[in-house]
Amino acid sequence: MSLTDFFAMGGYGFYVWGAYLVTAALIVIEIAAVRARLRNARRMADAGADE
Amino acid sequence: MSTGSLRWFKYASPASFFPLAGKLVPWFAVPAALLAAAGLYLGLVVAPTDAQQGDAYRIIFIHVPAAWMSMFIYVVMAFWSAIALSFNARLSGMMAQALAPTGALFTFIALWTGSLWGRPAWGTYWAWDARMTSELILLFLYFGYLALRGAIADARRADRAGAVLVLVGVVNIPIIYFSVKWWNTLHQGATVSLTAAPKMAAIMLSAMLIMTFATWFYAIAITLVRVRAIILEREGKSGWAGELAGAVQ
Repeated sequence: MSLTDFFAMGGYGFYVWGAYLVTAALIVIEIAAVRARLRNARRMADAGADE
Repeated sequence: MSTGSLRWFKYASPASFFPLAGKLVPWFAVPAALLAAAGLYLGLVVAPTDAQQGDAYRIIFIHVPAAWMSMFIYVVMAFWSAIALSFNARLSGMMAQALAPTGALFTFIALWTGSLWGRPAWGTYWAWDARMTSELILLFLYFGYLALRGAIADARRADRAGAVLVLVGVVNIPIIYFSVKWWNTLHQGATVSLTAAPKMAAIMLSAMLIMTFATWFYAIAITLVRVRAIILEREGKSGWAGELAGAVQ
């Protein structure tokens, strides 16, 4: 199987990659958002403790 | 009461659970990544093209695990909501709060991938059949829960109001699950069940189950990180949280 065949997915590339890429993007966004939320919460809690 | 159960109850307090959750995260995040890599390789490269559906069927390797998780996370939320209501437990409300965004995400992924699969398989992106409509209602239940929480400033009151919403909405879960039996749906019946032999090739089934485990581990890992953030957000004013935030990684 060539790489071109792999990306073509037997003519269903739009559907298959549309499903996989959007899912991957959403997971990456969720991980980044949750890590940012924890960082932010740490900063706020730190500031609160110093008062 | 034995010391064992006392020790267990210790972790029901957010202050004790915060460092424990932090230690647990890698034990779920790393297996999630490894399982996802294995499942994607099996599903996209090793598994053969389906005789009837061509390569479009490969969408099920994310669609089915995401759909299962969308329902399962809701049931777990309902469990924590029931605990939060009955015992007025802070951590239980936080767990429900931490699960909701990931539940909504998996519900959206299930709908999105199902739509992209439905077009080549059935000739339409969407139909108002019982399975799809009830899954869409599940997405609205998650959104409703998040909106309700957002509208209530006091977190403990938001826990209670959210818990009631989740527990009322749990009736939708058996409706989603059995919709393909109760109604004549465009959506097909179960391909994999506990009571019958799976109607798919072993390699396809393994890819789907490995992806399912990957989503389980992922959901646990991301929820643990989110609940840590929530613990700090909600208890950050009390002294321990500030100390923890600085001292514990």
